[in-house]
Amino acid sequence: MSLQSILFAIFAIGAVASAVFTITRKNPVASAMSLVAHFFMLTGLYLTLQAQFVAAVQVVVYAGAIMVLVVFVIMLLNVGREVKAEGPRSLRPTLAMLVAGMLVVMVSSVIISHPTGKNELAKNAADIGTTASIGNVLFTQYLFPFEAVSLLLLAALIGAVILAKRHVSETQS
Amino acid sequence: MMPVAIPLDYYLILSAVLFVIGVVGVVTRRNAIIIFMSIELMLNAVNLSMVAFSSFLGDIAGQMFVFFIMAVAAAEAAIGLAIVLALFRNKQTVYVDEINLMKW
Repeated sequence: MSLQSILFAIFAIGAVASAVFTITRKNPVASAMSLVAHFFMLTGLYLTLQAQFVAAVQVVVYAGAIMVLVVFVIMLLNVGREVKAEGPRSLRPTLAMLVAGMLVVMVSSVIISHPTGKNELAKNAADIGTTASIGNVLFTQYLFPFEAVSLLLLAALIGAVILAKRHVSETQS
Repeated sequence: MMPVAIPLDYYLILSAVLFVIGVVGVVTRRNAIIIFMSIELMLNAVNLSMVAFSSFLGDIAGQMFVFFIMAVAAAEAAIGLAIVLALFRNKQTVYVDEINLMKW
C-alpha cells in the first residue's frame, strides 16, 4: 500500500461518512458541521489529485464563506430539531433508499465494466494545478466567462438584499 | 487489494456515491436548509469528478469549470438562503411539506 492509496482511503471514507451524517442528523447545526467536515475531506481528495488551487478555493469559498452563511441563517431562524411529519408514515425514505441503491449499482457497474484505463495521474498534473497556470488560462482563454461570473455575483448580491429586505409598509406599521 | 496508484475509476465511483447521497438528502428531508445543504453535496460530487478528469487527462479545462461552478454555487447560496429567510418570514416554517400554496 502506497501513501497515496492510504490517503485516498481515509479521505474517501471520511467524505462518505460525513455526507451520510449531513443528511441524517435531526439537528441542522450538526448537519452543517458535518458538511464542513465533508468539504475538508474533499480538499484532501483534491490534494491527492494535485489540484492545489482548487483545494485552497474549496476551503476558502465552501468551508468558509458558504458555510458561514448557512450557519448564520440557521441561527437567525432558530430552527430546532426536525420533527416527524404528522399523518401516516410515508414510504418516501424507503423508496428513496431503493432508488439510490439502484443508481449507485448502475453507475458503478458501468464504470467497472468499462474501465477508463487511466491508472496514473497525467505527467503534467502537478503543473496545471498551480495558481500560476490557473491564472494564466483564466485571464486569457476564459476571460469572458470570468467577467460574466462577476455580473452573476452582482445580480445575486442585489437579489439577496431585495429578497431578505422587509417591505417598507411592514416596517412602518 | 488496492493498487499502488489510485485509478480514475475509483474517483468516479466515489463521486457517484456522494452524488446519490445528496439526492437522497433532497428527497427525504423536510427542512429547507438541509435540502439546500444536500444540493451543495451534489455540486461537490460533480466537482470531484471534474477535478479527477482534469488531473488524469492533464487538461486544465476541468479545473476551470470547477472554479466557475464554485462561483455559481456562491451565488446560489446567497439567493437560496434569502428565499428561505423570506419564506420563514411569511409562513413561520422551513418545512417544505408545509409550504403548499401552489399545490393543487
